[in-house]
Amino acid sequence: MKVKRKTQIDSEIPTASMPDIIFMLLIFFMVTTVLREYSGLPISLPKAKRIEKLKSKRHTSHIWVSKEGLISIEDKLYASDGVRHAMYEKRVADPQLVISLKADERAKMGLVSDIHTELRKADALKLNYSSKTAVD
Amino acid sequence: MKGKRRFKGGDIPTSSMADIAFLLLIFFLVTTTIDMDKGLGMVLPAEGEEIEINKKNILNCLINSTGNVLLGGEGVEIRNLSKTVRQKLVENDKLVISVKAHKASSYRDYIAVIDQLKRANATRISIAESN
Repeated sequence: MKVKRKTQIDSEIPTASMPDIIFMLLIFFMVTTVLREYSGLPISLPKAKRIEKLKSKRHTSHIWVSKEGLISIEDKLYASDGVRHAMYEKRVADPQLVISLKADERAKMGLVSDIHTELRKADALKLNYSSKTAVD
Repeated sequence: MKGKRRFKGGDIPTSSMADIAFLLLIFFLVTTTIDMDKGLGMVLPAEGEEIEINKKNILNCLINSTGNVLLGGEGVEIRNLSKTVRQKLVENDKLVISVKAHKASSYRDYIAVIDQLKRANATRISIAESN
């Protein structure tokens, strides 16, 4: 004996709330997208092979060094002996701080050496020489 | 004279809303770039933390202003540096490589040297003050 179905089951997926879901996703991506905070100086990075990725963007601070010898931290220009104060405050605020040195490949080592000394004085010892991946 | 209004419905069509939102979503997905910073890692020694090292465990690596490298008193091409250093590390695994760059030498040469040392798996690299 066949049993007749009494109720008709609605088998459609409700699409009325679809725009809301998509908008939620959209807003999530808009909020999490971080536009570049600091523009830095125009530089061309050196190339290296044994490079490692920096783990966290939050614990990274950049120092830009141009080929003319300008030093920029967060879009402010510093003299080489001013790096210490700028970095010391950051170091105190974040003990996990890693300094990413974005120096032009034509920069002079005298200046880079000065920055080394300044960073040592500021106790910011974790350094990363930002570089591009070399291909041969 | 006033004309009679014929317009009755006041609805915005919402059926294409999802498509528009999807388009925006895809736009943001595509334009979001996750650029990771990468580079050569280095840990600087703390201020006032000078350690005495036995002289025979030090390998001096000097870079001059023209980009020539002197490794332990012998001139070496930068691209052959890792090979030479690896050999020396086999002979003496306590070797500390002290990199000293001239003030006028370029950062590119310095990075090339550090990269070569890293490729030779040299873990003890010391950066000497250039003056």
